Amino acid sequence: MRPQDPAARAGPLRRGAPPAAAAPAEPALAAAAPGLLRIITCGSVDDGKSTLIGRLIHDCGALAADQLATLAEDSRRHGTRGGELDFALLFDGLSAEREQGITIDVAYRGFASRKRRFLLADAPGHEQYTRNMVTGASTADVAIILIDAARGVRTQTRRHGFLVRLLGVRHAILAVNKMDLAGFDPRRFEAIAGEFAAFAREIGLAAPVAIPLVAPAGDNVVSRSERMGWYEGPTLLEELERVPVEAEAALGRPLRLPVQWVSRPRPDFRGYAGLLASGRVRPGDRVRILPSGVGATVARVVAMEGDRSAAYAGQSVMVTLAEEVDCSRGDVIAAADDPPEVADRFEASLVWMGDQPLLPGRQMTMKLATQTVAATVQPPKYRLNIDTLERLAARTLGLNDIGVVELATDRPIVFAPYAEDRTLGGFILIDRETRATVAAGMLHFALRRAHNIHWQALDVTREARAALKGQAPRVLWFTGLSGAGKSTIANLVDRKLHALGRHSFLLDGDNVRHGLCRDLGFTDADRIENIRRVGEVARLMADSGLIVIAAFISPFRAEREMVRSMLPPGEFLEIFIDTPLEEAERRDVKGLYAKARAGRLANFTGVDSPYEPPAAPDIRIDTTTTSAEEAAERIVRAILG
Amino acid sequence: MQARLRETEAVTAAARAVGVPAACHAHLDGLEAESIHILREVVAECRRPVMLYSVGKDSAVMLHLARKAFFPAPPPFPLLHVDTTWKFRDMYAMRDAAAREAGVELIVHRNPDALARGINPFDHGPLHTAMWKTEGLKQALDRHGFDAAFGGARRDEEASRAKERVVSVRAPGHRWDPKRQRPELWSLYNCQTAPGETLRVFPLSNWTELDVWHYVAREGLEVVPLYFAAPRPTVERDGLILMVDDPARMPLRPGERVVERTIRFRSLGCWPLSGAVPSEAATLADVIAEMERGTTSERHGRAIDREEPAAMERKKTEGYF
Repeated sequence: MRPQDPAARAGPLRRGAPPAAAAPAEPALAAAAPGLLRIITCGSVDDGKSTLIGRLIHDCGALAADQLATLAEDSRRHGTRGGELDFALLFDGLSAEREQGITIDVAYRGFASRKRRFLLADAPGHEQYTRNMVTGASTADVAIILIDAARGVRTQTRRHGFLVRLLGVRHAILAVNKMDLAGFDPRRFEAIAGEFAAFAREIGLAAPVAIPLVAPAGDNVVSRSERMGWYEGPTLLEELERVPVEAEAALGRPLRLPVQWVSRPRPDFRGYAGLLASGRVRPGDRVRILPSGVGATVARVVAMEGDRSAAYAGQSVMVTLAEEVDCSRGDVIAAADDPPEVADRFEASLVWMGDQPLLPGRQMTMKLATQTVAATVQPPKYRLNIDTLERLAARTLGLNDIGVVELATDRPIVFAPYAEDRTLGGFILIDRETRATVAAGMLHFALRRAHNIHWQALDVTREARAALKGQAPRVLWFTGLSGAGKSTIANLVDRKLHALGRHSFLLDGDNVRHGLCRDLGFTDADRIENIRRVGEVARLMADSGLIVIAAFISPFRAEREMVRSMLPPGEFLEIFIDTPLEEAERRDVKGLYAKARAGRLANFTGVDSPYEPPAAPDIRIDTTTTSAEEAAERIVRAILG
Repeated sequence: MQARLRETEAVTAAARAVGVPAACHAHLDGLEAESIHILREVVAECRRPVMLYSVGKDSAVMLHLARKAFFPAPPPFPLLHVDTTWKFRDMYAMRDAAAREAGVELIVHRNPDALARGINPFDHGPLHTAMWKTEGLKQALDRHGFDAAFGGARRDEEASRAKERVVSVRAPGHRWDPKRQRPELWSLYNCQTAPGETLRVFPLSNWTELDVWHYVAREGLEVVPLYFAAPRPTVERDGLILMVDDPARMPLRPGERVVERTIRFRSLGCWPLSGAVPSEAATLADVIAEMERGTTSERHGRAIDREEPAAMERKKTEGYF
């Protein structure tokens, strides 16, 4: 609900005086939209940002007396204003940050004026912290971009403008601060506002409202400045009180309900719960469940206080369907006549947030709305210099880099371009090992539509093929250092299986590099691609019923897990040929360690490239205590039972 | 759309009876939707979640939201009360009834070491909170193998909370490292954990104290009577007004005497550590009106925050909720 709504005007949130009359919004829209306005502030401590925020909250009357007392004490101890109230300290939450005198993370603060509740995200302007600003902007309805009037539009200002546009924040306010240092000069203000407006047009950012301010003194923050009588526009608070929220725009779009949770408390009830991303839903509505595309009819909109006649964008709902259909977490219930697209290859913008750089080709977990899938990113098409918006060639993305990439998911997902729909277009990437969120992304478009690729259903099933051979398919994945004994043991296993009348095939690391993978080198990215290809080949062979023996250094846990995930549960056996580095190096069968130590061989596993041993291998062979013959015997016994 | 308007009006009429301004409903609806989304998301992605239930107003709101989120089923997780044996009698009285009404299991954990050593707030100072609450919580989470714990903390309570994530990762050993928190974008929450890691989840992150009271009023929630002013036996100590909830367990210092004062509480913890405020606000409408005139913030009366600057941040790195 917007504050302009007639119902809203009946009672102010804080303090006494009635809010000024404003043009009533369209009442039906206003009744359904949540009124909480989310704000992101962009700027640095130098621009007086923390002071502006502190002043805004203080002048709204949202600080309690004891908070003011604490602020006064903090100002004496840590302040930079000679004992006067230093509003910047209100937001410096963590003691480590206070000592450094900078805010290094996103802080959120709720406050209210007489008309509206606000939630403000404070992200630092320091250049290495792009990730914090992107985080704060991702949920913002409005961005306040701060400029120091004495310094004018700077590189940093343009960077903020670009990030606001990238994250699709619909409204921007240009706060031209420190007007006292510019002699309250209207020409200076107009020049800055004009310069930024031109830049905004260039990058496709909606024209911002510019406001001249003096934050420490409060000019044009909440009260109108007497020192800048020439300015006739709104104060900062007035502007914030009239910006519409994101959910209002979402209400006008078709129904999208990402299914979050399926409730089955009893056999005759199945409820689909989720946060309504756009549109509205009512009993009797025809819907389509994506990605399957199955049609259904909404039966009820369930709520604890009694069924609702309708629900709207921005509300958490539970619906039931009239038909018994297949619908689970990750599916999207959508308007039947206007469903979203389904695809598995995309172009996207990526903001890298991980400490370790992007490894193209490595599988990551992707979360988009309620869908969780495996995704791989191709080497970037380009990286952006966000200060000049130049496109730079790049092989990877590091912390705080922004690039454009192609991305593939392991199965088709329901999506919309981010510019149209934040919920179905915004995603995060999660590292499979550390479980950290390493990137935020925004889908641009699908590179090919999923409905154009068909999986040819084969009449002869993999089970039938295996049955004919009288065996269960397996992939025996040998991993270990170079010279550990993988090929030797794998060969023995192959021979023994063959002698027992089993159909097996040996894929050897050295051999595939003569053909299938001869275009690949030994960088991390090439090693990942090498294993992906071998994994796919092993999978096809397993589909044909074979026992596949694969002997590869395969140094990274993530890729071994990727191959495991390609196969039905239990078919992949990880066999760790455990030979200590000193022992492998002592044997040095191929003379490679000597070369690597002499610096004539780069990226050699164990020497200048890491090996990640399996945490819990299915079979572990200690070659310092087990002979190759014993090892092979053990492996064959293990798989044939 | 008309139907929705009628619903809104009906809710408004009910709320007006207890003095909730109509302007609040819009943003209360938004906060409610966000909290329910968080509760459902964590339940969908985590193996074994639990809700910390401390019997305060925030717990009351959080439990109510959980009931709404999973209706018609009961919330699919138990409640955990980390008991210090020093909570107000009124709180113990309400605890079991609230869990029963919600149809969820209630787990009560008391740190056996603290019990054996007779740790109490009068003799042991900060050790009381460290052992009963911080250690007690870690023990309970480990013992039951919970991988995610919902808590009612809000970002407006205290400065170090303002930067806390909604889904906050704790390293093995339950330590909080403010520098290693995951970025949180859109309404996407990363609920994955590496071995040994656990999550703390704060569905009320974006609520303020006033939002909580408006919501208690709008939804007609029952809260502990201690939030409402009444004449109660008190002593003044170290600048705080303490309520003598159990005279047998409260040794008086020389010169102290028990005085009946009309007081209420903004925030409830262990009774010897919870400072009361002098107040005449005896009803929900009075409490809201008092807060809108408000001159003190909520944790003002909490003794444990004031032990040293950045006290809360240090406690959190050690595993305090």
